[in-house]
Amino acid sequence: MSRRPYVRQIERSWWLSRRRYFVYMMREATCLFIALYSALLTDGLLRLSQGPEAWDSYVAAISSTPGVLFQLVCLGFAAFHSVTWFAVTPKAMPLVVKGEPVPPKAIIGAHFALWAVVSLIVFIAAGI
Amino acid sequence: MSDTITLEVLRYHPETDSEPHFQTYTVPYRDDWVVLDALNHIKDHLDATLSYRWSCHMAVCGSCGMMINGEPKLGCHAFLRDYKGSVIKIEPLDHFPIERDLVIVQDSFMEKLSSVKPYIIEDKPKPLEEGENLQTPGQLKVFKQYTQCINCLLCYAACPQTALNDSFVGPAALALAHRYNLDSRDCGKDQRAEVVASNEGIWECTFVGACSEVCPKHVDPAAAIQQTKLSASVDWFKALLLPGEKK
Repeated sequence: MSRRPYVRQIERSWWLSRRRYFVYMMREATCLFIALYSALLTDGLLRLSQGPEAWDSYVAAISSTPGVLFQLVCLGFAAFHSVTWFAVTPKAMPLVVKGEPVPPKAIIGAHFALWAVVSLIVFIAAGI
Repeated sequence: MSDTITLEVLRYHPETDSEPHFQTYTVPYRDDWVVLDALNHIKDHLDATLSYRWSCHMAVCGSCGMMINGEPKLGCHAFLRDYKGSVIKIEPLDHFPIERDLVIVQDSFMEKLSSVKPYIIEDKPKPLEEGENLQTPGQLKVFKQYTQCINCLLCYAACPQTALNDSFVGPAALALAHRYNLDSRDCGKDQRAEVVASNEGIWECTFVGACSEVCPKHVDPAAAIQQTKLSASVDWFKALLLPGEKK
């Protein structure tokens, strides 16, 4: 009797088949928006080097309705990336203190606390 | 009339079938039955040609992994009561070729498992008269979670990377490599690194995390792989900055 194993093909829409795969693909997609926002900031530096007129037109562009909407979308994806990353840090970086593992909630909480502190420093530095 | 429940089981007989097809069975419903009991009922009373793997019926042997309503599960760990009122769809584990019915071809996994040398490797063989290798409870605790793997392959069926990249070593094998790397009695980390820290090893993992979600023994292979990435990166930097130093 000869063997004839049957190989099933994975469908292109595999990432839509379960919620966990969809959330994963969304997390991966965040990199696109972070790259676009980095390009926007780099363009800002370039405009700044080109003098006051170039800078003013840059500020006007990012303050316009489409500019603000774009930044809000980027912020949403960046926040999603950060939150999902914080949620998995206890797996990647488990801490042991005095022979006992630190509870995952404490590691995740520390990341959120650090995020809040850094944001506060940025707000103060920006004079908001 | 006693309660019944309907199972749709994917069938494939290589001698006669060109491709798999579903076959429907109606079996008695019991509150304390698991899917494996229902399959055994089919095998014993309805259709003796149905093929599937099983052995212990207590989530220890890791033989009865299958897709139950699209989710990788152990047949002995999935109670019918959790599916009451609906049809249960049963398929062989995803991402493996089908040998026959619910039986998958495991050859690729066996090769990957042996490639990570999942056993204690000593620097020098120790004579018996020197006695046993001692280990403290603290040293055991570091890796004990990863010893719970039963090679049931649910993690491979959940991981999209194993489907998209045939050569990916995969969650269970990498978790077992991590288990031995963490063992205080082991000296084989460098030997395992050739496979573990290669492109087909940890770096093929994109941290979907599905492997850990479906693991019936809470091994958490995703954690093992991410920790190995950190450790491999540190080793790489050390080798770069301190050439010739032992890791």
